[in-house]
Amino acid sequence: MGKQAIERIVEKYGSDHADVLEMLIDIQEKEHYLSRETLQYLSERLAVPLTRLYHMATFYEALSLKRRGRHQIHVCMGTACHVRGAARILEQLERCLSIKSGEVTPDLQFGLATVNCVGTCALGPVVSVDGEYHGHMSASKVERMLKRYSETEANGVAVCQK
Amino acid sequence: MSKINSVGELAELRAAILDQRDAGRPCITTCLGTGCHAYDSQEVYNAFAGEIHSRDLADKVDLRGSGCHGFCEQGPIVVLSPGEICYCHVQPEDAAEIITETVLKNEVIERLLYRDPVTGRRFEREGEIPFYKHQDRLILGQNRLLDPKNIEDYLALGGYKALAGALAEMTPEDVLEEVKKANLRGRGGGGFPAGIKWETARRAPEKEKYVIVNADEGDPGAYMDRSLLEGNPHLILEGLLIGAYAIGAAEGYLYARQEYPLAVENFTLAVQQAEEYGLLGSDILGTGFAFSVKIKRGAGAFVSGESSALMAAIEGLVGEPRPKHINTAISGLWGKPSNLNNVETWANVPLIIERGAAWFKRIGNERNSGTKIFSLVGKINNTGLVEVPMGTPLRKIIEDIGGGIPGGKKFKAVQTGGPSGGCIPEQYLDTPVDFDCLEELGAMMGSGGMIVMDEDNCIVDVAKYFMHFLKDESCGKCSSCREGTTRMYEILDAITRGEGREGDLELLEELAWVMKNASLCALGSTAANPVLSTLRYFREEYAAHIQEKRCPAKVCPALIRYSIDPEICDGCGRCRRSCPEKAITGELNTPLVIDGALCSRCGICREVCHLEAIVVE
Ligand SMILES: Cc1cc2nc3c(=O)[nH]c(=O)nc-3n(C[C@H](O)[C@H](O)[C@H](O)COP(=O)(O)O)c2cc1C
Ligand code: FES
Repeated sequence: MGKQAIERIVEKYGSDHADVLEMLIDIQEKEHYLSRETLQYLSERLAVPLTRLYHMATFYEALSLKRRGRHQIHVCMGTACHVRGAARILEQLERCLSIKSGEVTPDLQFGLATVNCVGTCALGPVVSVDGEYHGHMSASKVERMLKRYSETEANGVAVCQK
Repeated sequence: MSKINSVGELAELRAAILDQRDAGRPCITTCLGTGCHAYDSQEVYNAFAGEIHSRDLADKVDLRGSGCHGFCEQGPIVVLSPGEICYCHVQPEDAAEIITETVLKNEVIERLLYRDPVTGRRFEREGEIPFYKHQDRLILGQNRLLDPKNIEDYLALGGYKALAGALAEMTPEDVLEEVKKANLRGRGGGGFPAGIKWETARRAPEKEKYVIVNADEGDPGAYMDRSLLEGNPHLILEGLLIGAYAIGAAEGYLYARQEYPLAVENFTLAVQQAEEYGLLGSDILGTGFAFSVKIKRGAGAFVSGESSALMAAIEGLVGEPRPKHINTAISGLWGKPSNLNNVETWANVPLIIERGAAWFKRIGNERNSGTKIFSLVGKINNTGLVEVPMGTPLRKIIEDIGGGIPGGKKFKAVQTGGPSGGCIPEQYLDTPVDFDCLEELGAMMGSGGMIVMDEDNCIVDVAKYFMHFLKDESCGKCSSCREGTTRMYEILDAITRGEGREGDLELLEELAWVMKNASLCALGSTAANPVLSTLRYFREEYAAHIQEKRCPAKVCPALIRYSIDPEICDGCGRCRRSCPEKAITGELNTPLVIDGALCSRCGICREVCHLEAIVVE
């Protein structure tokens, strides 16, 4: 992320270091990850130790040091979703995309992560893709859902072709 | 909008708003809460708006987009007044018909009414539906009556009356006394009396003080705070203002999960509107009381919901707990007295001030006044948010309101209190739900998660699930929690893989004891509860895993085997096509077979089979 873009975010919060988490969230939303350069810049700009920024970036689930996918898939692993079989949906996604939770497909198209409850427990099990909720999911619906987002549909997405 | 300068002007404004409105006019309320939104309720709303516009009905019919009504399972939900006709699973195509038939001709559309899954009976009015009928929706019930983005809706319902009353007619001490008398206990899990915490903060010598709303809602499987914040943000804000007045704080914070974007959006808007109307700022309602609010987002860390951790997060530090030799009410945010309460706790405050402690104490039982909102989810027919007086028996919540277990399955247990709570079996279903009774059972009221499990849920798997969650969420500062959760998880994982050993259960209990006594914060000291409570009530199920290498609920993949019943299978090939492991073979139109060595027990074949020919042993 360019300095100017970071600067805009810093100023939105009045350059207050107490709002550093807010800034990190904003940057993560825009860039899908926190780069070393970004963290270094913020550290100097706000006089916050770089170690603390790294601590935060690894502590909070919503922040990430690695680039996330263009389509970010969040599988809800909350209790309500768990008792309705969320684990099998995650396994199926991992199988389909040939990545593990927390990883990104090599073409950066899909990122896969788990989340602890998105607050739509009544629709469980829930998977959210780019913030869109898919309720009452099942392992057998995974493939169809992926196809809706896939940019490489033509060659079969390599979806679920283990 | 010009600022409201006095309590009298607020009353005048309310009268003017009510004057402009015609209470008898038909109103279409579409739920736009997150649950219904996921079912595209925004499009239903837009369809109504389009119809009203094209038929020129704008001055005959009101349209409102509201927050969550709680009956999320049935979304998108539309309620029509007068009459409170409740339609479920409404689609955009239904909008025209609803206006023609129900709004203009008062005819009910049978197919859109709620249908009881057990009896098949349909219900017309919202209040008649068993899910709603047995509830007491003092707080949540307001959601349906207002558009959370419109402060005038809240004012029309009497909003900010309690604040005005407190500022004009009560001293801060009076407010404090009222909340103490009401015995309002914290809804965030601990059940600590709010009045006593407020008093500690008020009496603390430092002049600068803070009040904080805990909207981190970390309990996975609970979403009542989300719905309140999204659906009625001014109620929380009004509660916070009253608390700030009683405590003597001039600044407040809301700490909300970043996963709840709509809640953050609606609360931010509420704060802006309140500032415009002079309900926040330097001279609120001309009384000289000054108060402002800031919003902070969390970024997905369960432990940050703990009071000292949350305050560290607000300060811009990592949201980890610290030892609390000194209470945060005395030395919290930036070392100043800071009073933290849960969203739902704050939501109760305006009601107590407006209607009085005596009224509040009449709801609930002796030591637990008021109502509690539960998120009733899992294996239950009517999933959604449920508000009942404290002390209501579990059975009433699960059977009368929840409508029992779907698919004729047998109830197994209900998990309350989230990762710090426990599982309650059938024989204790008549227990009243309150802070004290649930704790006696080894569970906890917690913040209100209530997850129902049926015979197909494995109790060891659930215990392992919670331990996995806690192991991941432990901040790692203290070793008893960091190592304890990891070791307990490893033992439980081994048990579910059929590698459990004699003595494992005793070792789990020993670890639990250490964690309970040596952990820094309540995450660690309560982490063993889900294991201890399941050991207490379901020890045989653990034993079956360890001694017989058998999972009675047929969940743990290592202990089960999939096969196809050749008597039933018609060889249609659905399962063969969808098996991700290519483990199913055979000729079409003849019974197929599963190769156990390739099968990963993902269960997809069972989902797609149209004959229930897949057998799990
Ligand atoms: C690990 C941990 C997580 C917590 N998460 C929350 C939470 O998400 N929301 C909440 O209101 N309270 C949470 N609490 C409880 C808070 O520490 C605190 O007791 C509560 O917010 C006080 O408000 P109340 O008295 O109104 O309940 C948590 C406690 C612990 C130990
Ligand atoms: S548990 Fe999945 S949305 Fe709450």
